[in-house]
Amino acid sequence: MWLYAARRLLMTIPIGLGVTVICFALIYLAPGDPVQSLLPPDATAKDVAELKHAYGLDKPIPVQYLIWLGHALTGNLGRSIQTNQPVLDEVTRALANTIPIAVISVILAFVIALGLGILAATRVGGILDRLATGVAVLGISVPQFWLGVILVIAFAVELGWLPATGMGSSGSEHFSWFKWSEAKYAVMPIIALTMTPLGILMRTTRSSIAEMLALDFIQTLRAKGLSNAAIVIHAIRNALPQILAMFGLQLGYLIGGSILVETVFTWPGTGFLLNKAILTRDIPLLQGTILVLAMAFVLINLVVDLLQTAVDPRIKRA
Amino acid sequence: MSGALVEAPPAADARAQGVPAREAEPATRVRGYWGNVWQRLRYDYATLFFLFVILLIVASAVFAPLLSPFDPNKASMAHRLKPLFYHDNILGTDEQGRDILSRILYGGRTSLLMGIVPVVAATFVGGLFGVVAGYAGGRLNTIIMRSMDVFFAFPSVLLAVAISGSLGGGMVNQLITLTVVLTPPLCRVAETSASQIRSMDFVDAARASGASTVSILLHHVLVNVVSPVLVYASTLVSASILLASGLSFLGLGVSPPTPDWGLMLSTLREAIYVRPIVCAMPGVAILLTSIAFNLVSDGLRQAMDVKA
Repeated sequence: MWLYAARRLLMTIPIGLGVTVICFALIYLAPGDPVQSLLPPDATAKDVAELKHAYGLDKPIPVQYLIWLGHALTGNLGRSIQTNQPVLDEVTRALANTIPIAVISVILAFVIALGLGILAATRVGGILDRLATGVAVLGISVPQFWLGVILVIAFAVELGWLPATGMGSSGSEHFSWFKWSEAKYAVMPIIALTMTPLGILMRTTRSSIAEMLALDFIQTLRAKGLSNAAIVIHAIRNALPQILAMFGLQLGYLIGGSILVETVFTWPGTGFLLNKAILTRDIPLLQGTILVLAMAFVLINLVVDLLQTAVDPRIKRA
Repeated sequence: MSGALVEAPPAADARAQGVPAREAEPATRVRGYWGNVWQRLRYDYATLFFLFVILLIVASAVFAPLLSPFDPNKASMAHRLKPLFYHDNILGTDEQGRDILSRILYGGRTSLLMGIVPVVAATFVGGLFGVVAGYAGGRLNTIIMRSMDVFFAFPSVLLAVAISGSLGGGMVNQLITLTVVLTPPLCRVAETSASQIRSMDFVDAARASGASTVSILLHHVLVNVVSPVLVYASTLVSASILLASGLSFLGLGVSPPTPDWGLMLSTLREAIYVRPIVCAMPGVAILLTSIAFNLVSDGLRQAMDVKA
């Protein structure tokens, strides 16, 4: 197991480097001279030349990449064109708002999916199974941003129970999760984020547990006279590594893919930051945010894989 | 659209026995397989129903000029943001007084285009790389598959936003973005089944009897890779539509006067306090299309007997 862990850790390095290559290449995808996209539109020719030199953009591309990589590794992701703040500061501030809603959403989705998925798997073909399957299909088919709009229409416009957007009067700096007057701003973003992982996790739970229940060892347990509940617990224990892997993946997807929901609710997280970067064509901000989010995803995958190895003694993949 | 739209297929090391390879058999028996698939589909009424729904959606997009009561781009200052069933504007009008129903019908063209073209393109590109990697094995496999792994390090939405955000909006850029996002998972599926086929006895037999690599690839490998790849590709259509509508919602899709469901939702969002129900309508179209494609691909998976 330790050997596998070490190998898995080593495998992360080339992936991480690959991610930096893609992020670096983003500047070259942008139409026009990369220097132009790094500077405000009213920059003078002297500014352009200075920046070209400062960034080493007058050097060959592989050298440019190495310089950029060196900066990125030391936490220097450049400055936002719009705010002139270091990109890293902007991203970490935004991450602090994205991580809580993503974590809460995934846990919520996990709990509901596990509950409904188990109920469905033990009653394949029954009404509850059909209901759970329906919810799952809805979850994977619904456009998150539209769900957000619908929630706003229902709970903010029509009922007036919840605030439509933002993080409340005290802003993100002093946001308190323990005061309803502020926490209520997070309710709709969390619901909107929960639906998709709920659908996917429910499908996985249902199919992996139903598959497990059809296996021979379950028959043996049944023959031994174990109660239904005890049998289901056996099945869950065996399906857990697979479900755990999905859990981690979904958390990564939510943290990296929160742009639509955060845009609908103007929730000042990383997704909102990305949207701002796109609207203002702030390429350094876009590049830096994407780099941090992708690295977070790589890291989450690593942790999940290692946890899976620890949880499931059958995985001795070294 | 979420971060999880494009579910990554199982990674190389977690590869299960997966798809049972069909033996390469005479052409008549291969037709027999598709015959079996059709036999199974014929009695799957739910799938047939949603297949019919898809046909209706496609027809309504193709015949949009005949079906639309109004010109989708004709604005009218006097008739802005009208409610449902306002005179002939059955689904109301938008912020510029344009007929919502007409715009939804025309918008279906963009959405279906964004759902189908990138999936077809990614199936070809990803399938090609996957089959080559799987069949060649060795170093070529390592190079292709490790490069694909890098793309899996990005959640699909993030990758789409990264590419699209850098390239800028527009229909062609959106098609390019979606194709790039969908290629790696398809490549992985194709590689998995191609590398299983590679070690089968009938491939050895073909090689021993002097068949060329190209002929083995065409007659033995491709035939067996097609069904898992097709089933997986069919699950991506709805994902592609959702991703595309999300990009349009962010302003990274088609340019404004063109009707597009995601873009409509984005501009109508300003009016939710005036006409909440009207503003939700384009999303209903996205949801229906997405559900129909998801359920049909589920049915197809069952009929083609491919493990998820």
